[in-house]
Amino acid sequence: MIGHAAAFGAGLVFGIGLWISGMATPRKVLDFLDVTGGWDPSLALVMAGAVGVTLALFGRILKRPSPFFADRFALSLKRQVDTPLIVGATLFGIGWGIGGYCPGPALTALSNLSAEAFVFVGAMVAGGLAHRLAFD
Amino acid sequence: MIGLASVWLLVANGRIAGVSGILHGLFAGPAGNTPGGRAGDRLWRAWFIAGLVVAGFAWHAFAGPASVRQGFGLGWVALAGLLVGFGTRMSGGCTSGHGVCGLGRLSLRSLVAVAIFMAAGMAAAFVVRHLLGLPS
Repeated sequence: MIGHAAAFGAGLVFGIGLWISGMATPRKVLDFLDVTGGWDPSLALVMAGAVGVTLALFGRILKRPSPFFADRFALSLKRQVDTPLIVGATLFGIGWGIGGYCPGPALTALSNLSAEAFVFVGAMVAGGLAHRLAFD
Repeated sequence: MIGLASVWLLVANGRIAGVSGILHGLFAGPAGNTPGGRAGDRLWRAWFIAGLVVAGFAWHAFAGPASVRQGFGLGWVALAGLLVGFGTRMSGGCTSGHGVCGLGRLSLRSLVAVAIFMAAGMAAAFVVRHLLGLPS
């Protein structure tokens, strides 16, 4: 129960961060990705700031025996760079560059109640299901 | 705030704040999962995503409605969503999972993924904006 509240709070703060930084605005994301136009590098600073925080604190957290509201840490144990990583990241990047949405911004943009946010999120869920059908 | 929310989800719930992984675990979990069979694993995901969406409504209440771009075809939006959904499930992460959290864990896989999806995103944004001339 308290774990669910913690997850809701994390989503809330994460989402507000996406709006403040401009990540939830596809035009701003495309201005960042489009280095040949009037390039807007500000989102690189957003990314660097967020990574700075995780870099500083993740190591310390993972030294704890367990998280506050769960039995253990659930982390990916994969280490090697493999073909699915490379192909998947390429496909994701192409989709990101077309639409200007990555998953977090797309979900919080549902609050725009715009057709494009709902179409994008629906397609994103369908894409995940398609990958499960094809490869699991 | 994005970094702090990621730190909070890890220390509280023991989970990586990777939005694509959280979403796919809700709708496209590993094959063999019976729907509802792991309800506890799904609920925290649903709460995190609810937080993301509520954050958007809260932001609009504070800052006014977002300006939604006009004239960007929904077919392109759907294609982008499919690629993002498929690609993130294949590579095991997106901007938040590989970017904010993976880099914070000093994961080589994540570093490679970030370099690839940034490059692919920049290439796609160039094609869409300058070669195809789509409004965005």
